[in-house]
Amino acid sequence: MSGAGSAGVVAPQLARFEVPLVLDCGQTLPAWQLVYETYGTLNAARDNAILICHALSGHHHVAGVRADNPKDVGWWDNMVGPGKAVDTRRFFVIGVNNLGGCHGSTGPSSTNPATGRPWGASFPFVTVDDWVRAQAHLADHLGIECFAAVMGGSLGAMQALQWTISFPERVRHALVIAAAPRLSTQNIGFNEVARQAIVTDPDFHGGDFYAHGVIPRRGLRLARMLGHITYLSDDAMHEKFGRELVGGEHRFSLDVDFEIESYLRYQGDKFSERFDANTYLIMTKALDYFDPATRYGAGKLSRALEGARASFLVVSFTSDWRFSPARSREIVKALLDNRLPASYAEVDAPQGHDAFLMEHPDYQRTVAAYLARVAGERA
Amino acid sequence: MSAAVRADLAAIAEWIRPGEHVLDLGCGDGALLAYLQQTRGVRAYGVENDPENVVACVARGVNVLQLDLEAGLSGFDTGSFDRVILSQTLQAVHNTASVLGEMLRVGREGIVSFPNFGYWRNRLQVLGGRMPVSGDLPYAWHNTPNVHLCTLHDFEQLCASMQASVLERRVLTRGTRVEWLPNLFGSLAIYRVTRAR
Repeated sequence: MSGAGSAGVVAPQLARFEVPLVLDCGQTLPAWQLVYETYGTLNAARDNAILICHALSGHHHVAGVRADNPKDVGWWDNMVGPGKAVDTRRFFVIGVNNLGGCHGSTGPSSTNPATGRPWGASFPFVTVDDWVRAQAHLADHLGIECFAAVMGGSLGAMQALQWTISFPERVRHALVIAAAPRLSTQNIGFNEVARQAIVTDPDFHGGDFYAHGVIPRRGLRLARMLGHITYLSDDAMHEKFGRELVGGEHRFSLDVDFEIESYLRYQGDKFSERFDANTYLIMTKALDYFDPATRYGAGKLSRALEGARASFLVVSFTSDWRFSPARSREIVKALLDNRLPASYAEVDAPQGHDAFLMEHPDYQRTVAAYLARVAGERA
Repeated sequence: MSAAVRADLAAIAEWIRPGEHVLDLGCGDGALLAYLQQTRGVRAYGVENDPENVVACVARGVNVLQLDLEAGLSGFDTGSFDRVILSQTLQAVHNTASVLGEMLRVGREGIVSFPNFGYWRNRLQVLGGRMPVSGDLPYAWHNTPNVHLCTLHDFEQLCASMQASVLERRVLTRGTRVEWLPNLFGSLAIYRVTRAR
């Protein structure tokens, strides 16, 4: 956006919690920590905070650049910053890495205090509900009674939705972007292929690869390659790569022929270097398990949202086939059933699921207009 | 707010009771709903397909749902709204009967306003060999969004054919009520309709 700036140099912060966290899976984390970043200033009334929840492979570095690496720009920097849709001159914005993550919050690669070794495969499975409860502890830690808004895209949007169910009195607005109220059978199928790629990699060692000094690179790579196909639309892929050949002609080999192969391999390689395999397994399981309708509404999302008090902005993207607009309309329907204040934008964007990370004038303007109202409410 | 919206605004607001659950189909920039929220305290949603208008609604605090009206209102339960409004939208709709039918299914009652093609000034312009342009029909033939213009008689006939009953009719010319020969002297028509019981 023109005239908008960067959140600047940011440094991650750590919040350590000694209070045991009882997880949905039945296990308890006796002590745990969350890594987070903040942008902007918390006002005196402490009512201008926006929590940003990350998606499958995201983390706490949402905006600005890291002090130790100026090239490391936050994953939602086009959305968050001074003068941007999430305007850090008006809001105090928090990015947090979820439990089970691999960017500094307690997760499978952290040391298990009971054994002195990495948790590895013994790290408990965590759910969206668990994450939201952990984030509420962070809100307590920061002295935030009620968020002006909780927002996220994809799996992040599921957390925003869950916030309105778990803590209705602690969130005034939820921005639910590129979401689904629960995964489709096909979605779970894709996740399972990704998981199988990882767990069948000989370097996985049942999840305890840390001790062997290896990482299941091939598995992570395949998982990410598959993921990328589902994040993009067929049209976007065609537009970007077409049937372009890397070497200008068919090589009649299993080496890279088409540009799309080169792209997927590159993305897979990059990802396998920076992401923890156990975290990937846990995150995909959290996606699969997310189902507020069944858990809180006897199968009906409308019932699950009966206690919600927030106002909503729901956004979907026309070319998203992973979480199609129809899935967002399911959420909108449930909000209307409860006569909750809600707006819904269906952005005509070609990029597929990934559109929620991209710039599109209709998208950023809608979010900006919505949050300008939110900012005005306090004045 | 356009002059056309302003003209039927007060009349529509008169028919809305405080706190009602209202759906405005083709809500444009949300002017009508903002007015109803302020003056009637309605709990309302607008349906709109134009992204510019969606942003405008969001900016003024009107709940807006970006949906294609023509694709149907299957996402809305039968009888889920007290009132469903079609303010100056009907004439721009392609599937007129189906939108009207959906409106009467979703709402306990419908409110429809449209420019009366039978207004004498419009007739005069047609007689003079030109497509009419006026305050309530502000577009030229080549850039008009209006595809299904009608007269009061036409609309009432459609309602009858759909077993919809007209509860009340208000006809205006430049904001003033017209009682005498409304199909000739009325420029804008506003109806309260419901499914026949």
